[in-house]
Amino acid sequence: MVSKMLVLKFPKMAVQKPVVCNLARDFDLTFNILNATIFPRKEGQMVLQLFGTKANFDRGVEYLKDQGILVQSTREEIARNESRCVQCGWCTAVCPTGALYIKRPELEVVFDEEACSVCKLCVRTCPYRAMELVPAEDYPLA
Amino acid sequence: MKKTKIKKTIAEINDKIRSGDAVVVTAEEIIDIVRDNGPVEAARQVDVVTTGTFAPMCSSGAMINFGHFKPTIKASKVWFNNVPAYGGLAAVDCYLGATALCEEDPLNRVFPGEFNYGGGHVIHDLLAGKQVHLRAESYGTQCYPNRSVEKMITLDDLPFAVLSNPRNGYQNYNCAVNRSKDTIYTYMGTLKPRMENANYCSAGQLSPLMNDPQYRTIGVGTRIFLGGGQGHVAWHGTQHNPGVERTGLGVPTKPAGTLWVMGDLKTMDPEWLRGVSILGYGTSLAVGLGIPIPLLDEDMARQTAVTDEDIVTQIVDYSTDYPQGTGRILGRVNYAQLKSGTITIDGEEVITVPLSSIKKAREIATLLKDSISRGEFLLGEPQIPLPVA
Repeated sequence: MVSKMLVLKFPKMAVQKPVVCNLARDFDLTFNILNATIFPRKEGQMVLQLFGTKANFDRGVEYLKDQGILVQSTREEIARNESRCVQCGWCTAVCPTGALYIKRPELEVVFDEEACSVCKLCVRTCPYRAMELVPAEDYPLA
Repeated sequence: MKKTKIKKTIAEINDKIRSGDAVVVTAEEIIDIVRDNGPVEAARQVDVVTTGTFAPMCSSGAMINFGHFKPTIKASKVWFNNVPAYGGLAAVDCYLGATALCEEDPLNRVFPGEFNYGGGHVIHDLLAGKQVHLRAESYGTQCYPNRSVEKMITLDDLPFAVLSNPRNGYQNYNCAVNRSKDTIYTYMGTLKPRMENANYCSAGQLSPLMNDPQYRTIGVGTRIFLGGGQGHVAWHGTQHNPGVERTGLGVPTKPAGTLWVMGDLKTMDPEWLRGVSILGYGTSLAVGLGIPIPLLDEDMARQTAVTDEDIVTQIVDYSTDYPQGTGRILGRVNYAQLKSGTITIDGEEVITVPLSSIKKAREIATLLKDSISRGEFLLGEPQIPLPVA
């Protein structure tokens, strides 16, 4: 399975098309829209978290490109500095997607990068400054 | 004195530690031993139980003497990396507190403030071997004519640096919630509105004072694991409040005993003393603390077998009741419930968030166990008991 945060840039003509609906219906992908600025006859942008099998994901991205949409991965991602992290749990208070969660009964803090929406709330919340914003490794979308 | 079947002294246990015969287990391991064999047999088998805790402890800091300059200075104002230390002591003595903030810090002007650097971070940087900028100012006297000095220093350059934390190891602490409509930023972490999360900060069954809740073995002079080195209990801590309500085992149901701990900073390790930045609140120092508890008799075995279920704390609303000091509590909850991930308050399910690292607490208890087993750590004989109610 693939889960990836994507930034979609819609040219003026593409905003009329129900592309996200098609991603779900035709490619069996699940999506979560985190941010969208879409207006008729204007360039638009959408931040989308997309999950599915690798094959469907790649086909879905191919479909988006065929529609004239510019597909980019998010520019930044969150990385955990393991030597700074003390596995306390402060970050789990603010993580909106559950990417940071407590494994029980060990009471260790797990960071599931796939589930991270790069909201950055953990960066300032972690008292040990273990959560770092780093440039994203580009997903090979081509 | 109550009659007990097992009777050991700290001196006898130290003899066993020296000869490598002492049996040492952690505060988690003793639970099963007492449950399976009973407290008498457990006290016969086991000599020492080790505890541990790792969390921000604000009442911490370092007593530093930075050595004389030529010409001499009676430093009345002192800064380390632009973090002010208290200089109202003899010429080159000062106290650097964990919550002191770097002079240019914007504080909470842009709310919530990030508080990226403070006294706790200076202590960590010194331990990490980094160079730290020392600056001192004075008004000048005939014996101390110098009015201003500055110098890059390292921990090795300091003639004297002692960690001296007037309040560590709080025996129990509040579980914090926020019943208001807005997120609040507290020393108990970020609390989301409408009781979306409940934050708590105790190592529970691993916590030092929970395993000797009536201070029978922990007193002034008790040798401890402190910040990766060896330290001592120097006194009871500030706000030490033994006279609170307790359960049958003598375990307090709200914040109670505290410890003043000291140790030579030069023996410590940056792994176990870390500067922390608490959003909207300030800086602090996360302290690794571990205390060995001698099983002098079966009563101590019973006490150290305390479990998270046995330890109860109070739920406090940090949006109104804590800042206003009303003393109102919303309910009680035990640490097994807190550690399960959710608790119920007024019929509502609330997610729990730990602030104290159980993983690090366990590591400390294990490190202490290993160093006692190797004969490198002897128990300190308490000279003055901590005040009891």
